Amino acid sequence: MSSTPIKFYQVGSFAIGNRLLPADDRSIQSDPSRTNALNSGHRACQGCGEALGARYALDAAMRATNEQIIAVNATGCLEVFSTPYPESSWRIPWLHSLFGNAPAVATGVAAALKAQGKSDIRVIAQGGDGATVDIGFGALSGMFERNDDVLYICYDNEAYMNTGVQRSGATPPAARTATTQAVGENPGNVFGQGKNLPRIAMAHEIPYVATATVADLRDLEAKVTKAMSFRGARYIHVLVPCPLGWGSQSCDTIKIARLATQSGLFPVFEAENGEVVASTPIRKRVDVEEYLKLQVRYSHLFAPTRRDDVINHLQSIADKNIARYNLLIDESESI
Amino acid sequence: MEKPFAITLAVNSSLNNHTGSWRVEKPEYVHRMPPCNSACPAGENIQNWLYIAEDGSYEAAWRALIIENPFPAIMGRVCYHPCENVCNRAELDQSVGINSIERFLGDYAIEKALTIPAPAVESGFKVLVIGAGPAGLSAAYHLRSMGHSVTVRDATHAPGGMMRYGIPQYRLPREVLDAEIHRIKDMGVTFEMNTRVDDVHEALDEGFDALFLAIGAQLSKRAYIPASEAARILDAIKVLHGVEDGTQPLLGRKVVVYGGGNTAMDVARTAKRLGAQETIIVYRRTRDKAPANDEEITEALEEGILVKWLSTIKHVDEKTLQIEKMALDENGYPQPTGEFETLEADSLILALGQEVDFSLLGNSADLDTKDGVMPVDSTMMTSHPGIFAGGDMVPADRTVTTGVGHGKKAARNIDAWLRKTAFEKLENRDVVTFDQLNTWYYTDAPHIVRERLDATRRAKDFSEVVKGLDETNALFEARRCMSCGNCFECDNCFGVCPDNAIIKLGPGKGFEINLDYCKGCGICVAECPSSSIVMVPDK
Amino acid sequence: MLRQVEGSKAVADTVAMCRPQVICAYPISPQTHIVEGLSALVKSESLRNCEFINVESEFAAMSVAIGASATGARTYTATASQGLLFMVEAVYNASGLGLPIVMTVANRAIGAPINIWNDHSDSMSQRDSGWIQLYAETNQEAADLHVQAFRIAEELSLPIMVCMDGFILTHAYERVDVPEQEQVDAYLPAYTPRQVLDPLNPVSIGAMVGPDAFTEVKYISHMKNLSALDVIPRAASQFQEIFGRSSGGLIRGYKLDGAQTVVIALGSVLGTIKDVVDEMVAADIPIGVLGIIAFRPFPTEAVRSALSKAKRVIVIEKAFQVGIGGIVIENVRASLRGSHIADYTLIAGLGGRPITKQSLATYLDRACKDAVDELTFLDLDQSLADSEIAREAGR
Ligand SMILES: Cc1cc2nc3c(=O)[nH]c(=O)nc-3n(C[C@H](O)[C@H](O)[C@H](O)COP(=O)(O)OP(=O)(O)OC[C@H]3O[C@@H](n4cnc5c(N)ncnc54)[C@H](O)[C@@H]3O)c2cc1C
Ligand SMILES: Cc1ncc(C[n+]2csc(CCOP(=O)(O)OP(=O)(O)O)c2C)c(N)n1
Ligand code: SF4
Ligand code: SF4
Ligand code: SF4
Ligand SMILES: [Mg+2]
Repeated sequence: MSSTPIKFYQVGSFAIGNRLLPADDRSIQSDPSRTNALNSGHRACQGCGEALGARYALDAAMRATNEQIIAVNATGCLEVFSTPYPESSWRIPWLHSLFGNAPAVATGVAAALKAQGKSDIRVIAQGGDGATVDIGFGALSGMFERNDDVLYICYDNEAYMNTGVQRSGATPPAARTATTQAVGENPGNVFGQGKNLPRIAMAHEIPYVATATVADLRDLEAKVTKAMSFRGARYIHVLVPCPLGWGSQSCDTIKIARLATQSGLFPVFEAENGEVVASTPIRKRVDVEEYLKLQVRYSHLFAPTRRDDVINHLQSIADKNIARYNLLIDESESI
Repeated sequence: MEKPFAITLAVNSSLNNHTGSWRVEKPEYVHRMPPCNSACPAGENIQNWLYIAEDGSYEAAWRALIIENPFPAIMGRVCYHPCENVCNRAELDQSVGINSIERFLGDYAIEKALTIPAPAVESGFKVLVIGAGPAGLSAAYHLRSMGHSVTVRDATHAPGGMMRYGIPQYRLPREVLDAEIHRIKDMGVTFEMNTRVDDVHEALDEGFDALFLAIGAQLSKRAYIPASEAARILDAIKVLHGVEDGTQPLLGRKVVVYGGGNTAMDVARTAKRLGAQETIIVYRRTRDKAPANDEEITEALEEGILVKWLSTIKHVDEKTLQIEKMALDENGYPQPTGEFETLEADSLILALGQEVDFSLLGNSADLDTKDGVMPVDSTMMTSHPGIFAGGDMVPADRTVTTGVGHGKKAARNIDAWLRKTAFEKLENRDVVTFDQLNTWYYTDAPHIVRERLDATRRAKDFSEVVKGLDETNALFEARRCMSCGNCFECDNCFGVCPDNAIIKLGPGKGFEINLDYCKGCGICVAECPSSSIVMVPDK
Repeated sequence: MLRQVEGSKAVADTVAMCRPQVICAYPISPQTHIVEGLSALVKSESLRNCEFINVESEFAAMSVAIGASATGARTYTATASQGLLFMVEAVYNASGLGLPIVMTVANRAIGAPINIWNDHSDSMSQRDSGWIQLYAETNQEAADLHVQAFRIAEELSLPIMVCMDGFILTHAYERVDVPEQEQVDAYLPAYTPRQVLDPLNPVSIGAMVGPDAFTEVKYISHMKNLSALDVIPRAASQFQEIFGRSSGGLIRGYKLDGAQTVVIALGSVLGTIKDVVDEMVAADIPIGVLGIIAFRPFPTEAVRSALSKAKRVIVIEKAFQVGIGGIVIENVRASLRGSHIADYTLIAGLGGRPITKQSLATYLDRACKDAVDELTFLDLDQSLADSEIAREAGR
């Protein structure tokens, strides 16, 4: 993709496509011959952000590698909705082993390819936040530490969705889940210390770490493409709203992801070798409330009594992100 | 490869699973009414021709434009562009410079000498158009396009009506006017100039099957102002007409113009160009109440024209005149204050509005007039079957664009009337509002302001004041359009569907929903920037 | 080549000759020397085209093996005890996916209490995991079984555990005829995977299967596991053709002719048992020995015919099922169905307690006279145990 900023088009690089752009500058998803790594007929809920994120990411990876990829999938929604016997939605070689071992399985795939002299085939491991930040955390860290040639993609929907929306280590404070109910004095999830996997990944000083959301497709594609240009362990953390678990409208999936970024709650950035090298500035800043109020999992913050203390606490998390990742630079300056 | 039973599956096999059965609502592509289109008095499909222009297909864009309006180069100069006032983009940053792009396309067509083909089939019907102003010319153009034989008859020397004899050259260069009128002539329209029609019925009896009346409002309104014998009082229309004819009267060094409309502005600015050292406009009310277009007031002020707001003229002498200051009462109406001022004035030009000259009706009782104008029905037909009317002479806004719109509307109805069918008016589609758009996707892109001739230079001659956009700017401006209510192929729906249920049909062909897989989540609708998809119930 | 060599080293060298492409392991006694040996071979490039992955857990070790095997690589790992239990979820997964991984289990007890010494609790706990399990009697057999294991596993597309007693074999220096590379190459064809992750021919491996097909999937894998009963003996006889020695197979009888009492056991304890039995036979006691090499699949028919003349069966086991008793005996009983042969279970060698010839001789003597309980724990300090039990009960 060329690096010249697209200035003269009504939708710039924000929309998926742009009939006015040269073919090379168009997003992969705008191409009718895109590969649809995850094809129709899968059983994800209506408006599932994970299904969307996975197709975006893997199509980009296919494009970047001339379709020479193998994917390993942890147990979770993505796995279940894509491969219930007798039908698979994948069109790439794909392996599901267990909930907590995708990074290690991917290491094995990469090792086998290397031993067979087929390192042109690249390996992707993917899983939900539960698989990534909790049960597969050790395996992931091991994969990072060895710098195995694997791109790990976490589809973060902030809970164990496949088992019915239980809390995970990535569930945000105050969110209600099936195991952090909206009852008691402090309804919803506790304000813990958080478990910021992108930063943990950075601490391994692996070549490439990035965050992305389904709200910015071009950014996600560019990051996957860039990730594929590195060898070694790489990590991309994609925020994927889940209508079922978050209690949001199925049509609002992308909007909610967008609000997560525009409020600062989900910072979008890139890091190389442990250092942040770029962040996506906020274009239209909103208060966290704009984001929270679209989701039933936060509805206890607004009724029966409004919990300004909690909302402010969440706002302070967003503000901290904004400061930490420098999210309020004027966009025109950053070009 | 041997595939172990059940545990290993064939790729893409989920295509057998038609998840469309989950759906209760389905998305549907629609064409909705963009506000600009709905506000255009000529009924232009603005969004559409902007869309075409966006990729540099200027000729195609121009051809799309002239389906509704044959005068883009003129429009791009004199239209007050109500479209821009309602443009949704204004709520994002500034409205799209529709008018400047229209001018660009019009000028492009003139430069490239684009022509309009004569109709392929002659209808055999003959229509007479009386009046070669914008309304008449527009009707002639549309009628001719439909295959009718058209004769335009006008009292003046050259066609254009007020576009030629009212609007000064520095706003509308005559080569532009001539070029766009000439194209209509080349379609095979017969012009009979210097031919005043004195009796409508006689004209109809010449063997025309229908008649379109578009005589405009040629008579200047008069006001009673006490004046001395030597006072030099002129009428704005005549002055402007004279300038065009080369018979302009002597105005003197100091000129006062009375009135607050566009004609007042134009005549004041013309006076300046004719050599007046001082030109003062006297107007009874305040600037915001003045009927003149605000841009024109600004331009006049820039050129050094003085305005006495809230003033009336009490008395006119040979070299001076007396004005009285007014004050607004609690209802906002100007009331005399008894405070007077004397202005030096070699001449006073009255620009107090125009009236329709109905003398050509004779005393026929079958053509009704009311309040000085001629009422028409929804098909633009007068009380006399087969006689239609439009433009300044019927009750409506008096603008070039309204006239053009009337001409088009009348032509379509005349055609239907001649063929004994009914003109199917497109159903009134709902207008897209700003909040229905997903404006996140539009790049921030402020409006490009058209360059103007330096004010000190412009008061000296009649060269065009407002310049056109160059191609880059026109393209940029066109691409600011958000395509309200109409798909512009941004591919968002195609990209955001989690079920790959959208089929991209290729450039210009848009998209289709694959109902086998669409689960009805509505993301495509929510993320469509232009509000061109809606969810509808699905049984 | 005959070498005086540590069992672990013999196994490491032999595995290397099988040309594995991916080796992954996590250290745990008494498996360590095997993987250290292999690591050195890879690092020194004596073993080429092989990736040695130092993982962060046994769970990862088996997971790496799964990924590697599914990508068409010959894959090896080794573990023991806690390590085996730590990888259990992946152990089941490997067999479920039909991946021909070969894993050495250096048999060791399971805690708590933590204990690094030998018994069979670890591999026995995985008898239902769907893996083929082969138990080695000697280091020679341990080495040979690995060569055969790759061949059997890859033919059947099933994983195999080669179990060898921790310390007793792994750390014992013995004379071992370590296979020659040419012999191994002649015996073991290059691995042709049944299914493989390949961008040119993509498949989705590891689907979710519901009640509609799960029983069939399980039945098919049961039948496939059983089909190893044909493949294992064939692999052994072909091994003999090339290597000139007998190793492996399903079972191995010893002095069964005319034996009224048959002692059944797995692994290295067979050596001690044979010594005792030799003495008893010399004393005209009609006793023989039946070693079980293939515990999974269980060679029911082979055992049945080996026991057809017996009057009494004694199973000596290094693991047991708490709350009921012997494990192996339960399987042997399937072979005894319909006969009226008496059976006795001796639990011996738990947590590395030595199985002495003397204790064994005493027990077998009494057993031959039917003077033992159905279930006996060898050399149990009964009074200590009783007093502790009483103390606990009195609390
Ligand atoms: C000074 C001035 C500036 C203006 N500026 C603008 C502007 O910037 N933008 C804008 O939109 N509008 C402007 N207008 C208004 C606009 O010009 C008129 O609304 C428009 O021209 C009306 O068109 P029409 O076809 O109805 O009549 P006209 O343009 O008046 O044309 C009528 C024609 O009919 C002919 N005619 C009349 N009677 C007869 C007859 N009996 N026999 C034969 N021919 C006859 C006349 O000669 C004339 O040519 C301006 C008007 C004036 C006076
Ligand atoms: C070892 C193990 N523990 C628990 C489970 C049950 N389980 C399956 S998927 C899942 C949650 C997955 O959550 P996440 O990784 O966030 O993916 P999501 O479904 O949310 O996309 C759980 C708990 C399991 N399959 N394996
Ligand atoms: S539960 Fe959430 S993540 Fe899972 S399929 Fe449904 S929307 Fe997607
Ligand atoms: S954005 Fe475009 S379509 Fe919408 S009102 Fe403005 S010019 Fe018309
Ligand atoms: S995004 Fe896809 S599934 Fe959702 S409504 Fe649109 S076409 Fe249907
Ligand atoms: Mg999750």
